[in-house]
Amino acid sequence: MNAREVVLGRVRRALADVPRGEEPEREPLERGYLESHQPADPVELLAENLADYRALVHRATAGELPGLVARLLAERGASSVVVPAGLPPGWLAEVPDEVRRVADEEAATARLLDGVDSVVTGCAVAIAETGTVVLDAGPDQGRRRITLVPDHHVCVVAVPERVVDSVPLALRRLDPSRPLTWISGPSATSDIELDRVEGVHGPRRLDVVLLGA
Amino acid sequence: MRVALFVTCVNDTLFPRTGQAVVALLERLGVAVDFPEEQSCCGQPQFNTGYRRETEPLVRRYARAFHGYDYIVTPSGSCAAMVRDNYPRIGARAMSEGRDRGLASVAESVVPRTLELTEFLVDVLGVTDVGAYYPHSVTYHPTCHGLRMLGLGDRPRRLLEAVRGLTLLDLPGAEECCGFGGTFAVKNEAVSAAMGADKARHIVGTGAEAVCTVDNSCQTHIGGTLSRLGAGVRPVHLAEILASTEETQW
Amino acid sequence: MSGGTYLGMPAFPEAARAATRDERLRGNLRHATHTIRDKRARAVAELPDWAELRAAGAAIKDRTLRHLDGYLERLEEAVTAAGGQVHWAADAAQANEIVTRLVLRTGEREVVKVKSMATQELGLNAALERAGVRAYETDLAELIVQLGDDLPSHILVPAIHRNRREIRDIFAERMGDWGRPAPEGLTDEPADLAEAARLHLRQKFLDAKVGISGANFMVAETGTMVVVESEGNGRMCLTLPETLISVVGIEKVVPTWRDLEVFLQLLPRSSTAERMNPYTSMWTGTSDGDGPSTFHLVLVDNGRTDTLADEVGRQALRCIRCSACLNVCPVYERAGGHAYGSAYPGPIGAILTPQLRGVDTALDASLPYASSLCGACYEVCPVAIDIPEVLVRLRERVVEGGEATVGGTRVRIRPARGHAAERAAMRAARWALDHPGALRAGQRVAGRMRRLQPRRLPGPGAAWSRTRDVPPLPPESFRSWWRRTRGESGEAGR
Repeated sequence: MNAREVVLGRVRRALADVPRGEEPEREPLERGYLESHQPADPVELLAENLADYRALVHRATAGELPGLVARLLAERGASSVVVPAGLPPGWLAEVPDEVRRVADEEAATARLLDGVDSVVTGCAVAIAETGTVVLDAGPDQGRRRITLVPDHHVCVVAVPERVVDSVPLALRRLDPSRPLTWISGPSATSDIELDRVEGVHGPRRLDVVLLGA
Repeated sequence: MRVALFVTCVNDTLFPRTGQAVVALLERLGVAVDFPEEQSCCGQPQFNTGYRRETEPLVRRYARAFHGYDYIVTPSGSCAAMVRDNYPRIGARAMSEGRDRGLASVAESVVPRTLELTEFLVDVLGVTDVGAYYPHSVTYHPTCHGLRMLGLGDRPRRLLEAVRGLTLLDLPGAEECCGFGGTFAVKNEAVSAAMGADKARHIVGTGAEAVCTVDNSCQTHIGGTLSRLGAGVRPVHLAEILASTEETQW
Repeated sequence: MSGGTYLGMPAFPEAARAATRDERLRGNLRHATHTIRDKRARAVAELPDWAELRAAGAAIKDRTLRHLDGYLERLEEAVTAAGGQVHWAADAAQANEIVTRLVLRTGEREVVKVKSMATQELGLNAALERAGVRAYETDLAELIVQLGDDLPSHILVPAIHRNRREIRDIFAERMGDWGRPAPEGLTDEPADLAEAARLHLRQKFLDAKVGISGANFMVAETGTMVVVESEGNGRMCLTLPETLISVVGIEKVVPTWRDLEVFLQLLPRSSTAERMNPYTSMWTGTSDGDGPSTFHLVLVDNGRTDTLADEVGRQALRCIRCSACLNVCPVYERAGGHAYGSAYPGPIGAILTPQLRGVDTALDASLPYASSLCGACYEVCPVAIDIPEVLVRLRERVVEGGEATVGGTRVRIRPARGHAAERAAMRAARWALDHPGALRAGQRVAGRMRRLQPRRLPGPGAAWSRTRDVPPLPPESFRSWWRRTRGESGEAGR
């Protein structure tokens, strides 16, 4: 008997008390919790919660965005930036040509990305109640590694379209077959005396731009 | 209303004054109280140490002793919790083992009628001011089973706050266990003693004359630790404070 | 290099006694657990529907456990359809053998690891080392433990027993043995220590060809794996290597994608007291050109089905490893994690270890007693595991023996040794308590002899009176007082 049959056989014997023919999906499951905690202003709450966990939050109109992105990269002294294939071209329009553009492609290995300063992406969904942006590897977000290896991530969130109140509402918008990365602030650790400090392996600076009218 | 006192084996043997205080208090409030002599122990020490089957005769004895009473009032949070939380489990387990099918209904029959003293006072009699007088400073330690299993909430506090002459002092870390835990106190003596020492330090730090609980089993540990440290803070059961008046200092 | 071992450790009371005398350890634990305790309470208080989330979390886990076979088959199907390969392991030896074989097949001799309780439980690092494979722990606390040749003492923060100065010393002395040394003049500021870990591990992440992880959740419906973390080391290990091997206990499956909405609210607030942890990775099989091209899922039993077979003890398998129960436990705070002798310390360890490993050793048989049954653990548990209830159930198994499932086989186990005197005392006490007349006579004798009562008790009572005075015996029991003052009136209503 292979291990699979051994384990499944043990499970079935262990569950001798469960009536045969019980169909779990037919048994009622009480979900008395809230779908949303109804924040008065979800975009405002998103901004607050992001800032609470040390993300830097900015606001811009479509007209202001290129200038803001250029400024954020310049503040960081970035001389190179990774660009997802489907990033709206206008977003980097005011970034000087001296800042090298690195395409998100197969050849852009982790080792290569380690020499790149910043990355600019969009996002799939942002969650107000938790201060989270979720990337789903869409065209304006790219492969997972490009938002991981560079030390500076600029994430542009279209508001209010991309913002949901809560975790339950976010999951409904997301496609589980895509690789997903949920980001709530820059990388951090609580491993020293259970007190939180920011800045370990992931990007140590996270700029979130709330792009609105 | 027929009310019986379940005094508990610890109070019966070591702290009879607590039982006497409950009788005096309830009679002062106009409640006639019986003491069915068939009662003994709720079985908590056996059950919590793993001797579930040794507990079964005590479950039956408890139900027999208190048959016919509307309320079974006990000055012990942990004994009340034993009856209310664990009796149904003991009955259900006996049934699932195909041994004693009657035990489950016997066990269930005493659950709704068993009340810890402060529940009986606040919920049934609807009083928080019982007319007590106790001219001392007191700090209150909420014992774990009363706090978490019974959910006594602020009942003991409200009763204490209504006592004339009493100064109630906040206990830091009040909701942390004192370290008694029944046989835990001897099986894990070092940890139990460390917990007791921290509890005693907090109690002494309040400057209170007395530390009050609703459980004398925890008090043997707290009081014994305070006494060994020569702390001079005396342990007192809530019933004894509530039974005290200008005329009778308990 | 594989660190210490839990083998041959003393029973809990002896190990705990030593810990209570270690002032520095007590200070470190008190500081860390109290810091997180208040924060957790605030994070939980933000959600008015916490009680409902907790109830739903428990219900989803119970539903899963009641039909675990079906959900595991569905998971296997979904993972396979998404390009992953599923392996099954009945015990630690099988799991370690599978992982070792998968690693060796890649030709690599180094792997990077995300913190995983399952691989700690299995002793995977030692097994890999025996096969000539070096496993690098990349979680900051696991790194501290690995560099210090130490053992984990907490589920979330394995190095909780170390304070910042000790961590600084370990980094300064040991990093060089494993790779890039710590920077000169390293301070004990947490930010500096985190920076040192970043520099030390950077090359390893960039070079790694094989990553090993656990998982917090596996979704049966979609085949999606979920890893919740803070530092980004998880993302590094999950996305940069070519081969990813996830080693996961079978109880980590949840039925549907939607079910994550409950656990992703319960877990971060209960563990790190955050609204959401910094990073959560979700992946389903493999994706073209993004992340590992090969994904293996190793499903591990190793005592979980034995646990499942006990209708009371089963609820321990709801655990989502948040460690809230450790952080509120007064016993854990004073005994420290090592005293529990397994990868799972604290209250959850006290009910999980004796079920996963059995109660054959003195250590494992002592774990169900490592609690005052104060119930603080149950109160904070986000999936409502009634830990005191299970502790008492396991105490029963220790002292009375009885039916249990061990290694998948139903057996009748014998009462543990060393409880004979206690058992006799419990029987005698029960007899007396079931004969109130005898009880009253005994109380009367004791009342008359009370002047002879010693301040310190002999025999087993010595453990009581070493630190506590014995209360003075009253001259008269309540029962005698009642009879003397009230006659037979107490029986009037009968």
